[in-house]
Amino acid sequence: MDLIAEGFRRAIGLLFGADPEIWAILWLSLQVSGTATAIALAAGIPLGVVLALTRFPGRTLLISAVNTGMGLPPVVVGLFVSLLLWRSGPFGAWEILYTPAAIVVAQAVIAAPIVTGITLAAVQNVPEVFRLQLLGLGASRAQMVRVVLRQARLPMLAAIMAGFGGIISEIGASMMVGGNIKGQTRTLTTAMVLETGKGNFDVAIALSILLLALVFLVNVALTSIQQRRPS
Amino acid sequence: MVRRRWIPLALALAVAVAPAHAQGPASRTVILSTTTSTQDSGLLDVLVPLFERKSGYSMKTISVGTGQALALAARGEADVTLAHAPEVEKKYVAEGKMHTRRLVMYNDFVIVGPAGDPARIKGDTSATAALRKIAAAQTRFVSRGDKSGTHTLELRLWARAGVAPGAPWYIESGQGMGATLGIANDRQAYTLTDRATLLAFARRVDLAVLVEGDRPLLNIYSVMEVNPANGPRVNAAGGTAFADFMLSPEAQKIIETFGVEKYGRPLFVPIAGKKDEDF
Repeated sequence: MDLIAEGFRRAIGLLFGADPEIWAILWLSLQVSGTATAIALAAGIPLGVVLALTRFPGRTLLISAVNTGMGLPPVVVGLFVSLLLWRSGPFGAWEILYTPAAIVVAQAVIAAPIVTGITLAAVQNVPEVFRLQLLGLGASRAQMVRVVLRQARLPMLAAIMAGFGGIISEIGASMMVGGNIKGQTRTLTTAMVLETGKGNFDVAIALSILLLALVFLVNVALTSIQQRRPS
Repeated sequence: MVRRRWIPLALALAVAVAPAHAQGPASRTVILSTTTSTQDSGLLDVLVPLFERKSGYSMKTISVGTGQALALAARGEADVTLAHAPEVEKKYVAEGKMHTRRLVMYNDFVIVGPAGDPARIKGDTSATAALRKIAAAQTRFVSRGDKSGTHTLELRLWARAGVAPGAPWYIESGQGMGATLGIANDRQAYTLTDRATLLAFARRVDLAVLVEGDRPLLNIYSVMEVNPANGPRVNAAGGTAFADFMLSPEAQKIIETFGVEKYGRPLFVPIAGKKDEDF
């Protein structure tokens, strides 16, 4: 119990002492996971919409693949992204392994199926009659998709929260493709593992407080958009 | 189909928008593969920035288990390796994957256990004799079980003791030294640890140093350079520069005093110029 109380006391001291390294780690995590979420949205929303609104052979198989991908273990992604980005791998020439860009790639791969899956479910939840009516009223296909997406915006925000929350707290892939390099690729979660390994539990506790606070703030922002009365 | 169109775009976007961190042209980046215990000691946090300032190279330190550190180097995924598993290292040098193995420093391993010492090994001067007693008494022993340098040494000691350890008294943690000490503490078990990690955890674990000073317990760190033929894009010059730096009088001086401030005693003994036969 002593350790926990003492850990929290020192953690709060560290946070208010504004240790520049801790803040740099926080900023990097936010940048990396934010970028990865943006990429996942750019890829996942169109894919989710297409899967929800079209019928083609192999569609069920593809949807099953997306649903499986929603539970993709980060270490698996980390391993395969590492293999691809290795100097001897197919993308070795890019030389981005052990850089923040590599973490962005891995995290985007983890988040994309989550965004796709939730988008798919959200769009399919809009009654088909409604879509047919829109088309019947003379809306073009693009206009129909726009209206349907607006109808589905509440669950879509949940997709952003689930995607971002999943990757900012992810550790396996960040560790493998980023390498937890001090000042370069050390994120909140990899720093936490390192500090725990070093026995610096107070720093680890400070980092976990920051991580929770960060996820909470992002969710507060998104939830307040989500719960705003439609104007 | 749709999916395939998106993947290259997502990758391209990732590269384009990812925060650009100091990463010069390829030849200015050196990748060091090393072990978690080296990283956990904090020594590299002092030496690497100094090397970067002096040489102009930018260094990426990848700390993994010794097995993986050497495997990465053998594939040309690193340019230089700092490890502490002499037998494995010599194998890689013999195979031509690594070259110019030079001793840098040592610290030592100790066998720790509960203060009650149920296997009565306290004060033994031979590590293998102590392990034999632990096996005979079937008292719990926690192994790293992760192919790390520490684990490699532990397995060699068991082999030398002529014992094949196994369940139920032999526990494999599969984790780093810190976590393994925590488990040993919790289960009131024996374990083999490097002294640096033990010092770092001294306040958290209640385990006594029972066996120390035996020659096989010396933990010798070597630096090795990667054969450029191992893979594309190996930065041989950068690897050599870091190896030379580790043996320079300046780095050796820092190694000699590192840890005094925090633990009241140095963590490592510098040994540049020495050979394996000297120990």
